[in-house]
Amino acid sequence: MENLERILKEHPFLAGLDDKYIKLLVGCASNVAFKAGEYIFREGENANQFYFIRHGKVQVETYVPQQGPVIIRTRSEGEIFGWSWLVPPYKWHFDARAVEVTRALALDGKCLRDKCEEDHNLGYEIMKRFALIIAERLEQTRMQLLDVYGNHSKK
Amino acid sequence: MATTVKNKKTAPLGTADAMHIRPFSIRRVVKESFDTFSLELDPLSGEKGHKFAPGQFNMLYVYGVGEVPISISGDPTRHKTLTHTTREVGTVTRAMRNLKVGDTLGVRGPFGSSWPVEDAVGNDVVIVAGGIGLAPLRPVIYYILAHREKYGKVVLLYGTRTPEDILFRKDLEKWRSRFDLETLLTVDRATGAWKGNVGVVTTLIGRAPFDPLNCVAMVCGPEIMMRFTVLELQKRGVEEDKTFISMERNMKCGIGLCGHCQLGPTFVCKEGPVYCYRDLKDVFIKREM
Repeated sequence: MENLERILKEHPFLAGLDDKYIKLLVGCASNVAFKAGEYIFREGENANQFYFIRHGKVQVETYVPQQGPVIIRTRSEGEIFGWSWLVPPYKWHFDARAVEVTRALALDGKCLRDKCEEDHNLGYEIMKRFALIIAERLEQTRMQLLDVYGNHSKK
Repeated sequence: MATTVKNKKTAPLGTADAMHIRPFSIRRVVKESFDTFSLELDPLSGEKGHKFAPGQFNMLYVYGVGEVPISISGDPTRHKTLTHTTREVGTVTRAMRNLKVGDTLGVRGPFGSSWPVEDAVGNDVVIVAGGIGLAPLRPVIYYILAHREKYGKVVLLYGTRTPEDILFRKDLEKWRSRFDLETLLTVDRATGAWKGNVGVVTTLIGRAPFDPLNCVAMVCGPEIMMRFTVLELQKRGVEEDKTFISMERNMKCGIGLCGHCQLGPTFVCKEGPVYCYRDLKDVFIKREM
């Protein structure tokens, strides 16, 4: 537990968060590991967690008929992924698959949602941090859509 | 203490020299991707080599077709062979693509300013390349690796559209295996077979290992990619007077006479293509430019 508390406290995502909330988050956290190629979650499943990647790499992908899985983003060590637990209907919109052996901290989003409802200060702190992540992802996706490199490969 | 870093502005060539087209023979043609190729050239005029600074370009003349500005993508520490990399985008580059080993090409140059490789000594160096923007930055990597002990951490962040568009694969393999060069690649889109990063090149900046207060950033790619890259570098704390970008405009004469490449108060062929971001920021995001 002490170790989880230290990891969460030192993570930039939670910088400045009150110790009492860190302790509360520790109660929602667990260490998880995934083998290379293992799906962490699949599109349409209930979104009840989010993850802090401690080691490894995760692909966020979707399945396109006649094309197979298309990778949307790669998440690496130090990054956070998964925010569907935060917005109804709490379902994953994409698949997430470990590219290599991946170790992460999984936070129970359902438990955290309840705690945020009980304590709106905590809810605001969490929302503030996820809003930044969502805005950043939106900006990156827009840039991806711009297709800035011009000429398209024949593939 | 902050050091001043400047891009080098080469002394303009005399008009006669600048307009003199020298014949070069094609020694090798390398297909880099489906539309991008490199030409290795040897001088036919008996000259021993072709000195250039990283970031400079030459005007390449396909006899009977036309002349285009192309970045020099070879090793500046080896002058004997001249290497250019370009994409097949118009009449001249299409004709260039059809040239064979032994064919002759006219060369004028080198022209333009260069990356501040000497002034960056003692600093960390962050090189951010998008697409074919790696071509004018490859000489920087060659130069730094030839003088590796003079620099701090060196990071190459390279983004392309798809894995098939990655250029200089052999070089990248070598660079990725080095312990003194951090090379991170990403592509904008990929299918399930790709095991590397997916995401725009700016996503690599946040996790690249360098000291933002003691670093020089060199950025080359499409202008919109450079805009977002500069913003991301600024978020990390990289100073704008230590951020350098390479601009592309319709360069014709190479010596700032014809005015085709005017960008605000400067001529890209002469004062550019490499600019300190601080000097260009007022015109960089102006739509009319």
